[in-house]
This record gives sequence, structure tokens and C-alpha cells, in this order.
Amino acid sequence: MFLDRFWANTINGLSYGSIYALVALGYTLVYGVLQLINFAHSEIFVIGVFGVYFTFLALGFQPGQTPNVPLAGIIANLVLAGAVGMILAGVAAVILERVAYRPLRKRNAPRLAFLITAIGASFVIQQVFRITRGSNPEGTIRLLPPEPVFRIFGAPVTNLQIIIIVAALALFVIADTFVNRTRLGRGVRAVAQDPATATLMGVNRERVIMITFLLGGLLAGAAALFYLMTIPQGAVFNGGFLLGIKAFAAAVLGGIGNLRGALLGGLILGIAENYGQSLFGGDWRDVVAFVLLVGVLMFRPTGILGESLGKARV
Amino acid sequence: MVRRRFAAAGALVAAAALVLSGCANQSGSGPAQTSAAPAPAQPNNAVLPAGDGQGRCAPGTSIAYVGTLAGQNAALGQAIANATELAVNQHNQANAGCQVTLVKADSGGTPDTAVGPTQAVINNQAVLGIVGLPFSGESKAVGPALNAAGLVNITPSATNPGLTQNGWTNFFRGLGNDAVQGPAAAKWMQGKFNPQKICVIKDDSDYGIGLATAVSQALGPQVASCQGDVKTNQKEFSATVGQIQQAAPQAIFYAGYYTEAAPLIQQLRDAGVQTPFVAPDGVKDEQYVVNAAGAANGSFLTCPCVPQEGFTAFTQAYQQAYNTPPQTYSAEAYDAATILLQGIDKGANSRPALLNFVKSYNGQGLTKKFQWQPNGELTDTPVYVYRVDGDKIVTDSPISG
Repeated sequence: MFLDRFWANTINGLSYGSIYALVALGYTLVYGVLQLINFAHSEIFVIGVFGVYFTFLALGFQPGQTPNVPLAGIIANLVLAGAVGMILAGVAAVILERVAYRPLRKRNAPRLAFLITAIGASFVIQQVFRITRGSNPEGTIRLLPPEPVFRIFGAPVTNLQIIIIVAALALFVIADTFVNRTRLGRGVRAVAQDPATATLMGVNRERVIMITFLLGGLLAGAAALFYLMTIPQGAVFNGGFLLGIKAFAAAVLGGIGNLRGALLGGLILGIAENYGQSLFGGDWRDVVAFVLLVGVLMFRPTGILGESLGKARV
Repeated sequence: MVRRRFAAAGALVAAAALVLSGCANQSGSGPAQTSAAPAPAQPNNAVLPAGDGQGRCAPGTSIAYVGTLAGQNAALGQAIANATELAVNQHNQANAGCQVTLVKADSGGTPDTAVGPTQAVINNQAVLGIVGLPFSGESKAVGPALNAAGLVNITPSATNPGLTQNGWTNFFRGLGNDAVQGPAAAKWMQGKFNPQKICVIKDDSDYGIGLATAVSQALGPQVASCQGDVKTNQKEFSATVGQIQQAAPQAIFYAGYYTEAAPLIQQLRDAGVQTPFVAPDGVKDEQYVVNAAGAANGSFLTCPCVPQEGFTAFTQAYQQAYNTPPQTYSAEAYDAATILLQGIDKGANSRPALLNFVKSYNGQGLTKKFQWQPNGELTDTPVYVYRVDGDKIVTDSPISG
């Protein structure tokens, strides 16, 4: 059973892990700059999911059977929906930062206050969706049904999986280049390393924080598109809860504060939980993921690649 | 001449063959059968909420709906709440001397959220009886408190068999339980698919576990050799799909609710698994069809609920009031509310009096005859099979005793 489905699980894990990785980048970026675990990031992701979903609705798609649209149309619609999702999630992340975290920072609140605020913000956004959209998942809109394109050792690789893995990697490279190679990215790293000195050197800390949240939100919005393409029933108020925890775990697994760690952690977590559920059964999926996390942290308390956004590598 | 007669005979044979093959198709599972759905009509002697119009009761007298309104699997709860409200409204319209208030309490649908709202209803002394709770897990959680309060509750949909084995004297079930539905579903699958192997997949709810156990026992360990588990709120089922692909069963029975069933069936069909999919009443909801986006077509749904399309007066009133046709368990909830309202009309003005009225009740409802055994189970429990056809849930056939 396990060996038969080894490659199918690997591919599936990579595609799911890419989604974890994109969300994990948001946790890692914010942690690197503020040492804050932004628990509301999973709801930023949900905002992205609904943004994508409402764009589908606005484009005239109705829940139900897969509509018959030519390929170019599908791509255009998906890109448009993804862009809306990204922008909405990005803007929401910036607003969240303004409303929930900046006032605390101005008053020099202790770190615990940020954490509680993050959890509170997460609940507020979740319940707003529940009250306005109800607790049933939104009706399924699927533009692109999965179809096997080619096979690796007998395991089918679908068009969806290829799109998700390739696009996620591309987005990661863009994010990584932005942080490591651009002037703004240097600012982000400077604040992460030593906020006080960075401010003295003329780095605008508030602007860096805003950019960090924006970048995390944009990536979460992209993850939202890929998630909704994989799981069309995913547009629901609590849809980000478990995925958010997994992505956070992925960030810790790879080394929180470390962009490459988030990518690696996401992919490893996705693959591991697919192997795990194949070995032990579907209800062990989440257990395997977290046992892996605990196991790794026992031997490498800072994660696989260590915490490194703050360590300047200029 | 001879040749022409020959041709005519040939045409006749061809026509006959066409007719015959047409018939053969009809007895299969073609959509042509839809119109001949064996839905029962409203029984002539059915007791309705309006009663005789002579009801008298104290102002402020209340009954309550306790169950999910916005929580987990909310669509099932809303269908029950609406039907209860419809019954109360019809009753109040017909009985000027008895205006009953309906209290709606949102239980959230889960055991841990149900206790608080239920306690609030218990503390409200005006409430004499409850329609609910819809789900088995929450019913189990709040049962002791309701029993201690002596507050009669008729569930229109909770089907876990264990609920009537707690010694509660106030709990009545308005439909057949899973110990009835499970074996009936198993028997029907055996007749329909002649299976060597059936995969029984269950979720982690009281309902899913109880039903899967009942189905597996009735199928026997040989046939039900393929067992799978999923979790509430799970959305990605590649492990289960892989397991089913390996097992290659003749049918899949899914014991759980529609929230998980919709993505499961979609991912099964996406992976090319065309095995017949059978699911219980927890899946029998429009949400299942909508969220599976076409993949639900061809699924079979067993349910201890009675088809409602024959109860035209009820379905029309419901449609008019809520702008949607009644859903699963609407008619059962309507019947349950009717029984409570009858008791109030007949002078049951306290919780013990209404409890006694329900205990000794014997009357025809829309869906079935209502008379309870001492443990709270009905004496008469019909089970029906439905199927999804053209993105609609239609009646397939009753499962005979």
C-alpha cells in the first residue's frame, strides 16, 4: 500500500506542501521582523480565498458543474482571480497591522499582548465570515478539473499539481530575491537584525513592517488561489484554521524567520503527512505532521535551517 | 410481395425490440424513472399543527428549537428550524386562544457548544417542550441535563442508537435510528450490487461511527473488509482515495455528513474511481450536490426520512414561507412540533403534563404513525433510498422491512 503509492504521495505532498510553504513565508517574514507570531495570518489566507471566490462569482461563474471555457479563458480568469486574492490579502494584512499591532507597538506593549491580539484578530475575522457567509462552504466553482499530464513511475501528475508547484517555486524565488537582493529587502533584513540601529541608520522601521505584512499577505493570497483550485470546497469561514497551524508548523520546522526554511519546511511537512496517512491511515495525517515537528525540534531547536532572517548576509 | 411482407415483419420486430429495450432502460437507473418516484401522499388522517382550532393555553407558552443554526452542517438544522416555525405559525393562525412562542437556540451543532444554549432553554420556564437536537453527538452531551429538567424533547434527526439506552425518560426519536438504517442500507446494497467487497468509510462523529458499525455488522466481516476513517473538516482525501483504488470494491458506503462527503466524492471521481457511492441521511442535503459540483450524480442516499414531495400542502406552505423547498427532516420536524402543539392545545400546561402526553401519544403524522416504545424509539420506522440525478436528490425506492 505504502510502496505502491509512494510516488503518488510524493507528488501530492509536494503540491500541498507548496501551499503550506507560501503561507509559511508570511509567518516567517513577520516573525523575522517583529518576533511576533501573527496568528491572524491564517485568516489573511481565508480573506484571499474569499477574494478569489468572489472574483469567480463576479466573472459570472456559478457553483455547480465545471464550466466549458477555452484554455486561454481559464488561464486569464485564474490569473485575474489570483491577482484579486493577492491584493485583498495583502491589503488586509497591512490593515491588520495598522489596527491591531501598531497601536500596541506605540505603547511598548509586552510581547504577550501582541500574541493575544493576534489570536483575537484571528477570531474576529473568522466570525465576520461566519456571520456574513454562514458556516456552509461556498458552492463549488471549479474552472480547471485535474487531469493527468504525465506519469512518474506510474503515479499520475495532474495539470493542477504542475501549475501549483511551478508557480509556488516562482513566487518563492521572487520573494527570496526581493528580501536578499533589493534595497527594500536590505531594510527588512536590517530591521530584523537590529531595529534600533537600523532606525539610527535611517531605515524607516514602520515602512519596513508594512512591506513585510504586505509581502506575507500577497503570498497568502496566491496560496489561496492554489488551495481553492485543489480543494474547491475550501471557501468557508474556518478553512484557514488547520492550514494556518500547519503552515506555522512548517515555518518552525524549517527555522522560523528563515525564508528558505519556510519553503523547505512546507515541502517536507506536505510530503511527510502524505506518507504518514498512507502508512497509518487518513486520521493520522495531522499527528504525523506534528510528531515530525517535535522530533526535529528535539535535535535542532531552531529548525532545520536555523533562524536566519536576522543574520545579515550582505 | 413476399419481400415487402418480410420487410414489414422486420420493422415490427425492430419496433418491438426498441420498445423492449426502452423498457429495459427504464427499469435500470435512467432518469426516466424520476417521475414514477414512489413518494407517499399525505395520509388522510394525518394530524396537522392547526388541530381543531379550539386550543386554549396561557399566554407566553413556548416550545423551543435547539440545534445548529449557523454552526457545523447548518443546512440540516435550518431545515428543521424552519419546519418547526412553520408548524407553530400555522398553529397560532388557527388557534386564536392559544398563541405559542417559538424559542430558537443555536447549539452550534457540536457537543461542546450545545450545553450552554440548552441550559438557557432549560432555565426558561415558559418552554414546555423541545424539537431537537438534530445531531447525535450534541444530543448525547445535553441529554442528562434535559432529562434532569424533565423537559420533553423529540429529535427529528439524531439517529445514534445509543441515545435511547441512557435511561432518559424525556427523549423521543421521531424516526428510525442507525440500528434500523444501517442494516437496511446493508440489505439494499447487497440486493443492488451483489458485492464481494464494500468499503465502509466513516468520519469521527458519534453518528458516523455508530452507523458504520451497524452497516459493517450487517454486511459481515468478509464483505466489509475494507474500512477507512476520515476526520471532521477534512478536505483532502488522497489517502482514502488510494485505499479505495487498491481495494477495488463493488460499492462505497460513507458514514458521515455532507461537509466531508462532497469533497470526498469529487476527489474519488477525479481520480477515476467510478464505484457506486452510498451515503446516509447526514449526506442527504442539497449542499452535498452543490459542493460536489456534478460529482454527486449517481450517488445513492439512504435515509429513515420519508419523501416529502407527496405532502403537497406542506411543501407548498414551506416553499412560500422560506422560498426553498423543504429539506431533509423538515417533515419530521413538522410532525414533532405538531405533537408538542397538540399536547399544549389539549391542556398540557406544564413540563410533566406535556411529557406524559408525548409518552402516550398515538397518532398519524405526515411521515408515519407516531407511537413510542418506553425507551423512546418509534414502533414504525420506514427507510427510503434516494439518489442524485441531474443535480437533484430524487426518491429511488423504499427499503422493505
